[in-house]
Amino acid sequence: MESRFESVQQVRDGLKQVNYLADDGIAGVVYLAQRLGKPILVEGPAGTGKTQLAKSVADMTGARLIRLQCYEGLDESKALYEWNYKKQLLRIQADKSSDSWSEVHDDIFSQEFLLTRPLLEAISSEDPVVLLIDEVDRVEIETEALLLEILSEYQVSIPELGTITAKQIPMVFLTSNNTRELSEALKRRCLFLHIDYPDMEREKEIVLTKVPDITQNLADQIARIVRSIRQLDLKKAPSVSETLDWARTLMLLGIEHIDAQEAKETLHILLKYQTDIAKAAKELSVDK
Amino acid sequence: MPVLDLMSGFIVELRNAGLPVSLTENLDAMEAVKEIPLEDRQAFKYALGATLVKSNSHWRAFETIFEVYFSLRGAEYNITDGESDTPGELGRDEQDSQQPGEGRGQSGGMDGLTPEELAQMLMQALMNGDQAMMRALAKQAVQRFAGMEPGRPVGGTYYLYRTLRNLDLDNMLEKLMQANKDSAQQDLTKLEERLEKDEFESRIEQFKQEVEAEIRRKLVADRGAEAMAKTLRKPLPEDVDFMHASREEMQSLKKALQPLTRKLAAKLARKRRHGRKGPLDFRNTVRHSLSYGGVPADPKFKYPRPAKPELMVVADISGSVAAFARFTLMLVYAIQGQFSKVRSFVFIDGLDEVTSYFKNTEDISEAIHRVNTEADVVWVDGHSDYGHAFEVFWEKYGKDINAKTTILLLGDARNNYHAAQSWVVKEMQKRGRHVYWLNPEPKSYWNTGDSIVGEYGTFTDGVYECRNLRQLEGFVEKLV
Repeated sequence: MESRFESVQQVRDGLKQVNYLADDGIAGVVYLAQRLGKPILVEGPAGTGKTQLAKSVADMTGARLIRLQCYEGLDESKALYEWNYKKQLLRIQADKSSDSWSEVHDDIFSQEFLLTRPLLEAISSEDPVVLLIDEVDRVEIETEALLLEILSEYQVSIPELGTITAKQIPMVFLTSNNTRELSEALKRRCLFLHIDYPDMEREKEIVLTKVPDITQNLADQIARIVRSIRQLDLKKAPSVSETLDWARTLMLLGIEHIDAQEAKETLHILLKYQTDIAKAAKELSVDK
Repeated sequence: MPVLDLMSGFIVELRNAGLPVSLTENLDAMEAVKEIPLEDRQAFKYALGATLVKSNSHWRAFETIFEVYFSLRGAEYNITDGESDTPGELGRDEQDSQQPGEGRGQSGGMDGLTPEELAQMLMQALMNGDQAMMRALAKQAVQRFAGMEPGRPVGGTYYLYRTLRNLDLDNMLEKLMQANKDSAQQDLTKLEERLEKDEFESRIEQFKQEVEAEIRRKLVADRGAEAMAKTLRKPLPEDVDFMHASREEMQSLKKALQPLTRKLAAKLARKRRHGRKGPLDFRNTVRHSLSYGGVPADPKFKYPRPAKPELMVVADISGSVAAFARFTLMLVYAIQGQFSKVRSFVFIDGLDEVTSYFKNTEDISEAIHRVNTEADVVWVDGHSDYGHAFEVFWEKYGKDINAKTTILLLGDARNNYHAAQSWVVKEMQKRGRHVYWLNPEPKSYWNTGDSIVGEYGTFTDGVYECRNLRQLEGFVEKLV
């Protein structure tokens, strides 16, 4: 990337301009990642803005975002590269008579017949890119090994072509919902960033930036109520995206000031389990 | 370079605390630190954290060690006998406080205050959420109440207790709520009241942490980082001993349990799906051969579908091993999808079935609470009697055991010298698929005193030591 970050504060301000409010930890790690040229492994509860962070960094630096969504059964041909068999076949059949065998052989294993998949694309791109490898914990532990070469050396080895090295070092984000322990080898190559639920002040700021026209007062109340709910022993605590949904709902309903009744009626937007809703409703309408 | 010495000491301490720090990570940390202005303590901390700590459950341990090794040092933290503040302290306050003004002005002259005035000021600070003031007050409180003496080999908790007792923080919350009510123009709704209460609670918690940090700083200045880190060393959540966990450790255990069950469930489901291929499925192969003109080009195989085991958990819930039983039940019910049926029984000297408590509820901790309060487990005196409990079990439920049933017996087998009745376990093993015994005591204690785990153990398929989450997880994985 042509522009290197100068300070943590610069990262923080830059992210703020694209409406992502980072705390010291997040900004610090992003800054370090670029300085050291290392990937970031982002972990944390669902809906706390892990994927959004990658998008925002791409936004901020003006880089292209390349996304690889991981799933069980993801393999080399979907993640790295694949030979375009049909085109190769056509090539062979097109001039059966003229070329000698060795010419054809060399020809059909060239760049022209290579289909690039996200990882290779990120490496071979000329302009700056941000590579997002989403939910890396969903692939099998064997598939993880695919990523190791690209993460530490920024290169891809193709047996027929040789090694393709990155023209520029992309920023790499890996996100994980922690459904399984990632391998030591992968963790070792990354900087680790845990994004937790934001504290009250930051959550309020987030609501204020993301929900247009919301009043200070309402945002403050929302942040406070959400914090109280998170302290309960719930199956699934409300995430930031759910907080935002809730704030938008309240805006749509034209509510300026939340009372217990309204809070209770809209709780199903914050919480997704019936037992959680019941528990929170009971807590919020405490009768002493 | 002193920083380098400090760093290597720091990393050794991390490893001592159980964090797996590899050599490359160590080097990465050094690289990272170079990019960060050293005077920015917060950035320094995150740089180390991002390179050295690769799991969220280790973050707390990291934080404590970081505080010890890289805490602010200087003459002002030397333990004095409540003498006047040094100017250095004031200078620091000036740097830290965002809005200088009232808070700082007063902190200089705090020595002359009476305890009542101090309490009044603390209340004011908590009321307004004045961070700088709270910090100054924490410092003052420690100096005044903790009674720290140089070189005295007492842990930080002792000083913390002394300080907090003098400040009477328990009543502070009520007083704050009262004062808040008085000052409000109109009556607060219940909801608002509750939110205010949460706010005050978090501020008081913050103040407590401030006091704790202050005490720690002083102790580090007095004894040096290495010694301090050693006394503060705590096991990671997965290594906490069930039987000797403090209340705080219990909390962290509970927190660690949830992601663990999720991980375990995902892992087991995956394992089940990716079973080996079985023998050739002739019918299926022939049917598929039709699309190749009768040539069996695409052989199909049967996938083995291992039957899910039925599980019976029989747990001792008497005082000494209650926590262990609780965690095991929680874990088992969290992954109950991996079993075709789970039944649970609890006993002390009587035995009761508690399966119904877990039915129709999503809230496992609620069910556990009911187990502890409602189950009828006392027969004579409420001291563990494994023999009698097993007898009752066999009489009432023995006929339900079949060849698919796996039985888990949980407890320390400290039978208070009652009759063992180990024939029951023998019968269980005969009729059931497997019988396992999980013992939360360290192996070296087994068969000492009134523990007769060996006697029962001969009739089981294995006795396992389960002192912490790590061992429990390992066992459950093996079980399924």
